[in-house]
This record gives sequence, C-alpha cells and structure tokens, in this order.
Amino acid sequence: MEKVRKKVIVPVMADLAAKGEKPEYLFWVGSAGAFDDRYKKVTRAFIKILEYLEVDYAVLGTEESSSGDVARRAGNEMLFQMQALMNIELMNSYEVKKIITCDPHVYNSFKNEYPDLGADFSVIHHSRFLAQMIEEGKLNPGTEIFKGKGITYHDPCYLGRANSEYEAPRKVIRSVSSGITEMKRNRSFALCCGAGGGQMFKEAEKGDKEVFIERTEDVLETGADIVATACPYCMVMITDGLKYKNRHEDIKNYDIAELVAMSLDL
Amino acid sequence: MHVLIYLLMIKQTAFAIVLIITLTVFAITVRKLVKLFKLTKPAFPVRDIGRRIIITLKVAFLQTKILRKPVVGMMHALVWWGFLVILAGSLEMVIDGLAGTERVLKFLGVVYDIIIASGDIFALLIAVLICAFLVRRLFMNIRRFTGVEMKHKFHVDATIALSLILFLMITLLGMNTFYILYAESEGSVIAGTYPVSSYFSGIFEGTSAGSSHLWHEVNWWGHILGIFFFANYLPYSKHFHVFMSVPNVFLSNLAPVGKMTLMENVTKEVRIMMNPEAEYSETGEEGEAVPERFGILDIEDITWKNYLDSLACTQCGRCTSVCPANLTGKLLSPRKIVMNVRERMSVKGNGMIKNGSDWNDGKALLGDYITAEELWACTTCNACVQECPININQPAVILDMRRYIVMEQSAAPGELNQIFSNLENNGAPWQFSQEDRMMWAEDLYINKPAG
Repeated sequence: MEKVRKKVIVPVMADLAAKGEKPEYLFWVGSAGAFDDRYKKVTRAFIKILEYLEVDYAVLGTEESSSGDVARRAGNEMLFQMQALMNIELMNSYEVKKIITCDPHVYNSFKNEYPDLGADFSVIHHSRFLAQMIEEGKLNPGTEIFKGKGITYHDPCYLGRANSEYEAPRKVIRSVSSGITEMKRNRSFALCCGAGGGQMFKEAEKGDKEVFIERTEDVLETGADIVATACPYCMVMITDGLKYKNRHEDIKNYDIAELVAMSLDL
Repeated sequence: MHVLIYLLMIKQTAFAIVLIITLTVFAITVRKLVKLFKLTKPAFPVRDIGRRIIITLKVAFLQTKILRKPVVGMMHALVWWGFLVILAGSLEMVIDGLAGTERVLKFLGVVYDIIIASGDIFALLIAVLICAFLVRRLFMNIRRFTGVEMKHKFHVDATIALSLILFLMITLLGMNTFYILYAESEGSVIAGTYPVSSYFSGIFEGTSAGSSHLWHEVNWWGHILGIFFFANYLPYSKHFHVFMSVPNVFLSNLAPVGKMTLMENVTKEVRIMMNPEAEYSETGEEGEAVPERFGILDIEDITWKNYLDSLACTQCGRCTSVCPANLTGKLLSPRKIVMNVRERMSVKGNGMIKNGSDWNDGKALLGDYITAEELWACTTCNACVQECPININQPAVILDMRRYIVMEQSAAPGELNQIFSNLENNGAPWQFSQEDRMMWAEDLYINKPAG
C-alpha cells in the first residue's frame, strides 16, 4: 500500500483546553516514557499507534509530574500523597475521565490507590487497549515481519500479579507472531525483573546475584530471539541483563507497542 | 454387670475432668491472645462477607493456592480433607466420653457409615503422608526448609507436631481395629464401616475379648488425650496454623495485591501543607492529640491482620522460595518477617500486658529483629503474597517499616533520598527539568496509508 510520511504533532491538554476542546483520552507518558532514552522509543511507538487509529487523545506535556508510585513504595507516603493530590487536581481541572498509560506502576497506582484520595477517572494499560483494538478489528498487525522469530514475554509484576492482566499482552504478541515461547516461570509464577519497590534507583543489597540476571537467564533458556515486555522498568532491567550476558546483539527486547508499530510499519 | 457400670461411671467422670482441664487451659490461652490482639491497630473493616465466604471455600477448603505446587500441595490437601472428616469422629468421641455411650452417632445410618469409612481410610492415608512429610523434613535437603530464620527449635516444633498427628492416626486405627475385634467376640453389631481397620483386625484375629476391650480403651484414651494435648500445644507452636489458617483466609485483605494502604494521618498533614488556611478553620483548636507514629517501629504499630498472619503462618516457606531477593542471596526472607512479628509480640506484647503499656526492653521489631538491609531488598513484586496458601500479606509489614525508616528516622538509603529530592524539585525520579518532558515528541513521523 502507498504510504506517506507525516509529521506528528502530539496534542497537549493545555492547548486543547484553550480551544475549549476535551479529548477522549489522556495519554499518561510517565517519567520513564519522557526521560529514559530507551523507553522514549516506546512512547513514540505508542503515539504512532494512537495516531494511526486516529484516537482522540492528548498528553499533559510539561504539566505532567511523577505519579509518586516509586516514592510510596520507597516509604515516602508524604511525597506520594503530595504528588497524587497535585495530579488529581490537575486532571480534575481538565475533566479527565479516561487515561491510557504504558507503565504498569502508574496504572496500578491510578487504578487502585488514587481513588482513596478522591480520583474519579478510569485507567487502561496500553496492553489492554491494544488487545481491545485488535479484538475490534481496528488493529490488524501482520505476522510477516516476525516470521521465524521466537518471541517470549516477561510479565511485569504490577500488570500480572498486582492486576491479573496476563492475557492482553499475550493477545497482542500473538497478533504479530506465530506464538509465544513461555519462560518456565510465567504469568502469576513470573519472576520479578528486580526493579520494583524503588530498586531501580539504588544499588541492590548484598547477595550472590542480581535479580535481573536471574530473570535474563529465564529468557535465554527459551531460546527466543525477541523478549517482549510491557513495563519501563522491566525494559531497562532485561536490556541490562542481555548486555551483561553479551546477548544484546542477537536477542532484542521490545515493548509490545513497538512490536505492533513495527508490524504495521508505522 | 455392676462392675461394668462402675467402670463406666469412672470413665465418664475421668473424661469430664480431663475435658474441663483442656477447655480451661485453652480458655486461658484465648484470653491471653485477646489481650495481645488488643495491643494491635485497626487494619480494615471486615465487609463483603459473601466474597469472604467464597474465598474461604476456594483457598481454604479447596486448597487452590497450595495446589500451585501440585504434588506436595495434593499431599497437604489430603491431610486437610482427612482432618475435616476425622474431626466429625472426634466430636462423637467427646459425646461418648461424657455420656458414657458408645458410637452415639450411629443412628445416622448411611451417613455415619460414609463418615466413619472415609475417616478410617483417611487415617491410614494421613499416617503415610505424615511419614513422608517427616522424611522430607528430616532426611531430604529441601531448600524451602532452610534459611537463617529456621532455627533448630522450629524444626523440633515441626517434628513434634508431625509426630503427634502420626500418633493420633495410629491410635485412631488402633481404636477402630480393636473395636471390631471385641464387637465380633461379643457377637454385637459393628457400627460403621471400616475398610482399613477390618483388614488390620484380621491380623490381630484371636485376641481375647478382654484384651480387645483393653486395647480399644487404651487407643480411645490415647487418641482423645492426644487431641486434647494437641489443642493446647498448638497455640504455642507453628502448627497454630491448624486453628488460625481458616480465619486468616476469611479475613484476607480483599484489596488488589498491588494496592498500598492509605495513611490517613499523612493525608491530613499533606492537605494542611497544600491548603493551610482552609484546614485550620476546619480543625479549630490545634494540638489536641498526640501525633500518631508513621509506619511500624515495634509491635504496638502493627495491625491485627499483621499479627493474625503471623499466628497463621506455619513456616512452609513458599513465600521465601519465590522471593527474588532471597533467590539471589539477599538477606530478605518474607517468612522471617512474619515469624519475627510473632516472636516480638510474644516478648513485648506479653511484657506490656504484665508490666503496663509503657514497658520496654530497649529493643524493637525494627532494628533488633528485622534489619533495614532486609527491608530495602524487597522489590514489592508480591510473589510471596501470590504464593502464600493462606493469604498472608508479607509486604504489608515490610512497606510499613520502610515508612517508619523514611518518615520518622529519615534514614532511607542515599540513592532513594536523591530520588525523593528529584521528585520534589522536578517531578521525576531523575534530575531532568520538568520543562523537558515533551522532548521525546520532537521529530516524530508516522507512515500513514495514503488517501
């Protein structure tokens, strides 16, 4: 099919509000999505999908701030609640009703914790959003591009165990491939990547191994060429693990949104 | 005939006395426990009874979570289901003992036959399984049964509890076997069906009526006294699990596992900070209450659920066996955290009850029992919560102790303090300016289908 290259101007909430417009969705980029070099690519891939689907969305842009999830799990309830109340106030001012995010930690906090502080919006993780679009026939990524490639999937703790979302990301992966080679520890048995609870930002305690290496060994055991994830932390950890094992050349780590964007050649 | 009646009366009286002693000791233990629970803080209101009943049926009675390890899980499930059936038989024994009757529930007919027959089969099955458990624990080097927290005394406790159960099963089978033999020798009708014991009675064929009677009595008393002793041993053992696990499942935290509890005392302070004037006018007089402590330092800061969790824990170690920190050699063991709560409560809680609520031994749960190094190794992945067969929430204690370290001691690891200040200053864990939050969107192009 003929394609044209088009520049994307990402709509920002404040600009829309100035014009009196209210988008259907707020896309919550998250700190990792905005600042982590690797994860920025995931944000861009997901934006392309939103554009491709012509979804009515906007981002908060420079008004966005941390969800506070990491502060809370690191014991700083004060800071978490300050962030949360600030975010809720901001989202109320834009009358936000539906949020999409790629970050399971944000998703968990918005869905399960923000309501305690008065939040009144629904949140959907991009894995569920993509799966829905596929179910509805709006997204039809082909399996051509990953033909002959083995794909495995790492369950993020805050998507899986914390929110019982095991199937949506798998549905997305199956839509672009011929199937998933599961790791021996998968779904509710999945091993953590090692980054949650504030671990991402500090040295690990003394031990005989790094958690992300233990998990990367699970990945290697499958013999897969691609390891898919659906979380910014998991992305960082597994990428580090592959580098540590010196396998980053032959095994690629992609977010499920990237797989879809690649398959659709966006 | 008169002699028999006398003997029966002596038996009844003896039984009543033993039962009263058992119940009294048990009541004293319960009273102590109630006092300890009174030291704890509220956890959550117990609502959604319907949902709780369903969870109890699934997790406790159908054993859904322990069956995540299918083989050992099924071994445990069989012991548990057998225990439930045999419990019905024990009830009959208590009535018999008090009323001087024999097999009083036999009027239930077929139902009785089914209960007694399955109890008879389960007794043998449980005896065999308990032997397997003893072998696993004593002679096989299973990683789950090791770890710093698994001190010698806990293995002794486990071995005692297992041996007691084995003793109960042997006496139950003995009781049934010699009941059949003396009923046969007397030519009376045998109440109940005994697929296993009737086989054993064949082996002891030829035992005189008198000896059969005696052996029946020995086993009957052995069994019932064993139960009474067991019931009063349990509250001081890890096997308190037998009593506490079903209530613990019923009282599960129903919130999603990823949700942390809201600290309302913090919300109050944050709201004042964000909007000082509005709050002052609402609260009126200031400083009427002593500010509550943030997080958990010691036993008086834990919730009743934290304590109940610790009493229900049987130290199976499934939590620790899946903990990413523990698997990679870090100090953290979720099982140890739960065990420490119980240990500390028995020291400090009992101390406070005895010597007044100000009593202190200069130690604390945080620091002397659980170290910061253990707490900071948790990734909050909730694998422990997922795995616990009786819905214990290990991270609840870990995270509340982190809250104490951070908000009361300001003693978070340096790197975390760095991200806190980044979050405060620029709204991200990294030192990037909030103004740069849209840089990812620069030069973004999409290949769109033409037309």
